[in-house]
Order: sequence, then C-alpha cells, then structure tokens
Amino acid sequence: MTGSATAPHRELGLTDSEYDGICERLGREPNALELAVFSLMWSEHCAYKHSRKLLRELPTDGPYVLMGPGENAGVVDIGDGLAVAFKVESHNHPSAVEPFQGAATGVGGILRDVFAVGARPIAVLDSLRFGELDSARSRYLFDWAVKGIGHYGNSIGVPTVGGEVYFEGPYEQNCLVNAMCVGVARRARLIRSAAAGVGNEVVLLGARTGRDGIGGASVLASAELSEEDASKRPSVQIGDPFEESKLLECCLELLDRGAVAALQDLGAAGLSSSSSEMASKGGVGIDVDVSRVPLREADMEPFEIMISESQERMLCVAEPRRLPELLEVCDRWEVRATPIGAVTDTGRLRVLDGDEVVGDMPVTALVDECPLYDLEPEPPPGPIYPTPPERLPRGSGATQTLLALLASASIASKRFAFEQYDSIVGSRTARRPQIADAAVLTLAGDGGSGALAVSIDGNGRRAACDPYTGAAEAVLECARNLACVGAEPLGLTNCLNFGNPEKPHIAWQLTRAVAGLRDACLELGVPVVGGNVSLYNEGAEGPIYPTPIVGMVGKLPDPETVPRLGFAEEGHAVALLGPFAPALEGSELEKLRGGLADCLPRVDLQAQADALVRLSGVVREGRLATVHDVSDGGLACALAECCIGGGVGARIELPETSEADLFGEGPGGVVIAGPRAAVEAVQGAVVVGSVGGGALEIAGTLTVPVAELARVYEGAIPAALTR
Amino acid sequence: MRARVLIRPKEGILDPQGQAVEQALPALGFDGVRNVHVGRLVELDVDDLSLVPQMCERLLANPLIEDYEVVEA
Amino acid sequence: MKFGVVRFPGSCDEVDALLACRRFGEAELLWHRDRDLRGVDAVVIPGGFSYGDYLRAGAIARFAPVMGSVVEFARDGGPVLGICNGFQVLCEAGLLPGALLPNRSLRFVCRQVEVVVENRDTPFTRACEQGERLSVPVKHQTGRYFAPGIAPEQVVLRYAPGQNPNGAQDDIAGVCGPEGNVVGLMPHPEHAVDPLTGSADGGRLFESVAMVAVA
Repeated sequence: MTGSATAPHRELGLTDSEYDGICERLGREPNALELAVFSLMWSEHCAYKHSRKLLRELPTDGPYVLMGPGENAGVVDIGDGLAVAFKVESHNHPSAVEPFQGAATGVGGILRDVFAVGARPIAVLDSLRFGELDSARSRYLFDWAVKGIGHYGNSIGVPTVGGEVYFEGPYEQNCLVNAMCVGVARRARLIRSAAAGVGNEVVLLGARTGRDGIGGASVLASAELSEEDASKRPSVQIGDPFEESKLLECCLELLDRGAVAALQDLGAAGLSSSSSEMASKGGVGIDVDVSRVPLREADMEPFEIMISESQERMLCVAEPRRLPELLEVCDRWEVRATPIGAVTDTGRLRVLDGDEVVGDMPVTALVDECPLYDLEPEPPPGPIYPTPPERLPRGSGATQTLLALLASASIASKRFAFEQYDSIVGSRTARRPQIADAAVLTLAGDGGSGALAVSIDGNGRRAACDPYTGAAEAVLECARNLACVGAEPLGLTNCLNFGNPEKPHIAWQLTRAVAGLRDACLELGVPVVGGNVSLYNEGAEGPIYPTPIVGMVGKLPDPETVPRLGFAEEGHAVALLGPFAPALEGSELEKLRGGLADCLPRVDLQAQADALVRLSGVVREGRLATVHDVSDGGLACALAECCIGGGVGARIELPETSEADLFGEGPGGVVIAGPRAAVEAVQGAVVVGSVGGGALEIAGTLTVPVAELARVYEGAIPAALTR
Repeated sequence: MRARVLIRPKEGILDPQGQAVEQALPALGFDGVRNVHVGRLVELDVDDLSLVPQMCERLLANPLIEDYEVVEA
Repeated sequence: MKFGVVRFPGSCDEVDALLACRRFGEAELLWHRDRDLRGVDAVVIPGGFSYGDYLRAGAIARFAPVMGSVVEFARDGGPVLGICNGFQVLCEAGLLPGALLPNRSLRFVCRQVEVVVENRDTPFTRACEQGERLSVPVKHQTGRYFAPGIAPEQVVLRYAPGQNPNGAQDDIAGVCGPEGNVVGLMPHPEHAVDPLTGSADGGRLFESVAMVAVA
C-alpha cells in the first residue's frame, strides 16, 4: 500500500514497508492511537532495528552475571549476598535542544532503570561530548548540561563520583550526554520486569502525566537534527528530582516487603513501551485504561496519554490482595499510586478509555516483531571528518607542548564540572573525582566487604581513526582505570553513539566498533550486561566521531590501601609499567597539530589483558602510593598529573624522549610510585626516577615548576568559559 | 479572586542572579539596561485578598531578605 | 547518649548523619510527620533538599509537625544541630538569626574546606579548642550567610582565610542562637568522621555533644 507524500505513517518515521508489516500483524489498518504506539515501539530508539542483530555478537555470559541485557539494568553478584546493578544510557538529542533538562532527565531516567531492578542507586557517572569551547554554543551546552546533572543528582541525593568530558569539532551540532548509574541490592530484593499473574493489578506510580516528550522517541531520536529543532521544544521533558526521591524510597520499601510482582520504569515511549515490554517478557497481555491515569493537563487524548514521556513514573504489577498495603506505603511516601489496568492472558496490549476499546495490538508485534535491518557497511572512500584546526605550531619545544596539552580542554582539569556535583552523599566515596583513576565506593555500610570501583571511558577521535581499535581501547582503558585501584571488572555496560547507520561508512564504523568491543570483552573475560545505542547523531555538518562509551564496575578488597594518582612523598621511586608502545596517531598532540590519522597501531589484546591482571594484583598488595594510567596527552601529561595531584615534583630520566615517547598515546602505560623497595619489587617495572623537588624534571627535555603545571591544568576550562 | 505576589530580593542585598542577567543582556545586543533583580512570582486564587500579606509574612516570602508586593490580578 | 535525626521528604544526608551519630551514641530517625522526639538528648536536622527546596530552602520544612517539637525542645535548652539544609530550616524557623542566600557564584559547590572554631561555648564545639581548624566538606548552592548585626558571640565557625566558598558575610560558616544550644552550619561534619572518606575532624561536633549529655 503506498501513501501520499504526507502519509501519517511517514510523518511518524515509519517506512511504507514497515506500515504494511503493521497492517499485516493487526489484520487491518491501525487507528491513529495504534499508529502512534507502533511508530514509537518500532523507532530506532526503542527497537534498535539497525543495531540489534549486531549487538548479538557481544558476549553476555559471565560467572557473576545475575541479569543481562534486556532487563532494566545489568546486575552482577558481588558476594556477601549483595548484587550491583548498573547501566549507561544516552540522552543526546534532548540535551542538544535543552541541555539542562536533557541532562537532568537523562540522570533521572538511568536512576529509575537501576531502582527498577531493586537496587538502591549509590553513584552516577557521566560521559559528555561537546564542540570546542571556542564556540559559544558549546560553552552554553557544557555549562547547562553540567548544571542539569548536578541539579538532578544532588537533589535526589545520589553522588556523582566520576565521568569524562571531551571537546571536539564533530560534536558541535550533536553533543553527547551519556549517564551511568550504579546501585546496590541484596540479592533477595532483585526483581525482574516480566508481568505475571493473570488478573494482577497494573499500578502507575509517581508523577502525573502531561504532554512531555510527546513524539520524542521517534521524532527526536530516529532522525538527524536540523534547523527546525526550535519547534521541537514542546517535546522537552522536565525532571523533578524531589518527586523521584520519594518514588525511589517508596519502590524500595515495596520491594523489601515483596508487595510487587514486577516493576518497570517509564522512559522512552512512556506507558506504551513499559506496558508492552512487561507483557512481552511475561508472555501475557495487559489492559490499560487511560481514563484512570492521573493527568497534569486537561483534555489529553488517549494516544497522548499512552506515549507521554512525563518523568518520575513507574509501572508495577501487584496481586489484588497486596493492593491495600501497596497503597498505604505509597501514601506514606506521598507517592501517587493508581491502578490503571490488569494483566490478561490475551497476549495483547488493549488500550481502554473507560469502557471503550481505543487500541488493541498484539504484544509480540510491538516488542519482538519490529523488522530488523542488516547494516550495509562499506569502508569510507576517503576522510569523513575535517582535520582539526591547528593550535600548536610544529617545532614547539617539549615544555610548550606539555603546557599546551595540559591546557587542552579535553585533558585539563574538569574541576569546574565535578565541584558542581555532590560526590560524597551516602558516605561511601573513598576516592573522590580527580583523586584516583576510578571512583571507589566502600561497601561497609551496605553489609558488604571491600569496595566497588567504577569508571566510564571512551575516545571518539581515536575511534574515528580506527573504529575497531578505538573501541577495543575503550574497553582496555576502562579496565585499566579499575586495575589502577586494584579492581577487576565484573561486567560492562556500553553506549554506542554513532551517526546515521543507513549510510554505509557509518554502518562500517558501527560494525567495526562492535567487533572491537566484542574481541576486547572476550579477551578480558568481561561480559556485557546491558547498554544503549544512540544513532543518527549527525547534522548538515556531518556525523559525530564514532563514540563507543564503556562503563565498568569492579570489586576490590581493601579501600584503605587504594593508591591515588598524585605523588605522595619525597623520595618515593617512580617507575613505568607496560606493555606500552605509544604513538602519535590519534593522539591529542596530533589533534593540536591539526592532524587526524586514518588508522591506529594494532593492539595485542592478550598482552594487554595479562598486564591488567598483573596490575590489579600488584595494587592489591597495598604497597604502592601512586598509580596512574597513561592516556590522553601521553606519559609527560600523566607525570604532570601525578605532580599536580601530589603538589610535589619529580626527577625523571626516560630511556627514550622522542615526541612519541613523551606525548604518544595507546593502551598499557602506567606510572607507579611508592617506597623504593615496593616499586622495585613489581615485576616488569622500569624505575625512571623519584618524587621530589618543586618541578617536573624530565632530564634533557623539560623542567617545569609544579605550580606552573597546576596553574595551566586547573585554569584552562575556567578561562575558556569566561571568554 | 486571583492574587499575584511578586517577591524580590531586598534592596541592598547582593543579587548575583540579577547581576548575571544584567551582564548577559548587553552581550546579546541590549544596551541601556540597569538595576536588574531576579525574584519569584506566586499566583493564587483566594477568597479573601486581605489575608495574602499575612501569607507572605509567614510563608511566601522571607521578610529578612525579601520584599513582596501583592497585586490583584 | 541518644541522637534524633529528622527526616523530611527530600532529605539527602539523614542516613549519613545517622551513621555519624552512631559512632558517638545511639541514634534514630525522626519522621517529619511525628511530633514525638522519643526522648532524644540532641536533635540533628540534616542536609539535603527538603521539599525540593521549593519556594525557599527550608521554608516548607520548618512547618512540619516534628519542628513544633524541635522548637519546644530548643526553648527548653536542648541541643539542636542544623547542617546545611538543616541550617536553612532553623533560620526559617527563627531559632537562628539570619538567612542563607544563593552562593555568589550561583553554582553548587562541593569542596573540602577548613573552618576555624570561633566559639567553643556551645554543646557542639565544647570538645574543640578556640581557633582550632577543622577540615570538613561543603556541598551547597544556597549557603551565603546573611545576618546584618549578628552578635559576635553567636558566630561559631568561620571559613579559614581564603576558603570562603560562597561569599558568606564575614566568612561565617556556622552560628548559634542567643542561648548557644542551637547551632547551624553549612559544612557537613557528618561527612568528616572517617579518614577513609575524607577527614575525621567533623566528629568533634558529635563527640562534644555526647560529652555534654553524659555529664
């Protein structure tokens, strides 16, 4: 069946063939409500139609996995009867339109995913990408996204303990806001989202339903952003962290009492996706009566109620005999609770408006039968991205180069951001931002032993040079950050941020990146327990860098002895660990020189995996004071960061001092320091000097006072923002 | 009746929000702007307008740091 | 020694305060709707965003049923400690002079700072030395203290020189009521009771009142 150029299904983002598929599954044409619901459930954002087949390549099994991809969050066993739930999600398109609320609701959404499985959120991390800070728009987006993350996390009382921010031209039109949440639960309190029990009540908890985000999922996330985006403003969701804090406590109490049979948060596509997904997992049907949904605005139509993305709402399933208790608990927490439907055995999502049936769709058609597309990858015929602007003239000396790198916004201190986040509420934070390479959260207060380590990492520019290696490096970087605090990863969550996958070169980036992710996870033995895909991040100026973001959680036995990244004491020996083969391809220095390589050196995954195991083992012995991995800006920057962190200099002699040795990047390099005997005892450590004095001295190359290093490193972003 | 209460920082109290706005406007091309203050608006339907000042004194405003003005809408 | 930690909808640091208090005595949560203070020896009003900071920080919390009892308890000389949002609540309730305004930077700031003990004649600073420096974190957006004409003896803590994070008048970080038994401060002593998560200096405030209560 062909439609005219203004066919409703096309306006909603469905192709003709998808429309035919819907008619086939319904046995008739869909009415307007059903069309709206299908358009969202079959959108890229909800159905992952261009990525689902590819994601099946990722390894998801592991000895500690309790819940894998498909549930609200991934969950791993951490012993002592405890489990850790975690996930990362993107909120890129909304943040480009309204950065404060986009970032805030991104945090709100990922928090809900974690407490939807029964875990108390204990930490948030965020991974952000913006254009260069020369641009007023990028300054604005960065400033307000940070405010939004702070606003939500601080108000709800969950600490933001880590994250990363990078500034690159290709993100100018399409910023990235990826939010990760980690939660802790007693294993007995974990709950799945499968609706069960025919005859059970379906209850809507939390905020009233308004017109937030109507059409958001299909309109914003499945299309490239264009000039008309100002008109999309009415779709912006507004978050209320106060409402969510009550909802969170209420849900956790309901779970403690065993009063609910299933729980699901309402995110993209609102009621339609949560109800159909709950029904699909349970192999049942659901009836939803929209006339019973508490509304914030008058005269909302049934389809609006079904697809609204109003925040701070959860859907639960409860046995009728537990309903009075559920309502009492909700009342005490001042959380609205409204029975709006029932679990049925029809296998269909039926939408009622009082007595009238206004929509009737098979659940499997909505959730499982969206057509999945094969990507048609083709390597790009030539460069996709413009070369970065040259900021550092060739021939600059080592000192000038080091200072230029420390001043580069992607490397410089992010204190401007992290001091706007409460990083300590909950009394678990044993290593705050910029103190160690991963955040460390003690489990003593939760009845556990030891501590959790968490990190989130990725480098889009390096992935642009080589998507396979760039993705593998992201996994290694994240695992290395955990190893630097003595933790081994228990699981991985990822967010794949890419351009338009219908374009062959983007499909190629995505395919290669997933392969890199897969191979690195297999080699490290780390399962993927969940994640998110954000596609169509491109505009008239071109696509974003392919940006696979990786988040990991690990466990370590003794938080008291976790090293810091700063040098600790005069006289400590400084050494390097490898294997480390730094190169300028894909490095920040290459970027400052106006270059962008078209490949990266091959990574020996097995050697890197072995090194990580050795590293975390050494750290656990508890005899090193300083451990810091080498990443952006290379070894000289890492040493500078150690000096700045400790407020003390170092005298270093390197065997090789070429530019690649000083500023080249690549996986595997780690700086360690501590009492001489402890450092020399580390297998493979190459001693290069000692801590002391007021300057970073690399013999024959540079001597820079620590005060100067700190001034540049700490001052760069504040200076860029007060332009 | 519908009442509107305008609440603003008391004269003489540092108002960084007002200052930030005052500094931002010229950057957008609006000159000749002075003395900017940022406050709050509370709107309510009431049976007895004469009670609104008491509501301000007790809850809606903090008389130590804020001035208020009641307007019948 | 029994501490009571008040919990409002939107409190964030009540459990942190509870854990800190439990290092120095017994402690339990006091729900905002309950008027019963359960015979506690000291009341702590914790940090957070009670009622979302709606209208003004602390403006709604001060009218909670439990606050009626806290005001009576304070009038009878009972020790009351308001931390951050708790400080805001006590100012709104009239138990402490002054008010808290938005930070001069207009931004939330989370940072470790040093404060100087100016007045050790309160139940919460008796274990400190005059002029002692304590390392404690601040984390707030509305912490700029304003109290024209406050009596000098009511200033309990000041930020160490150069460390004022919010533009508070005269670097004031904490104050007490006229009788000295009600103390409010913006920094978070409950987040400074364990070297693992920061410093242990904040413990002095809880130690002080436990000492006094037993005496």
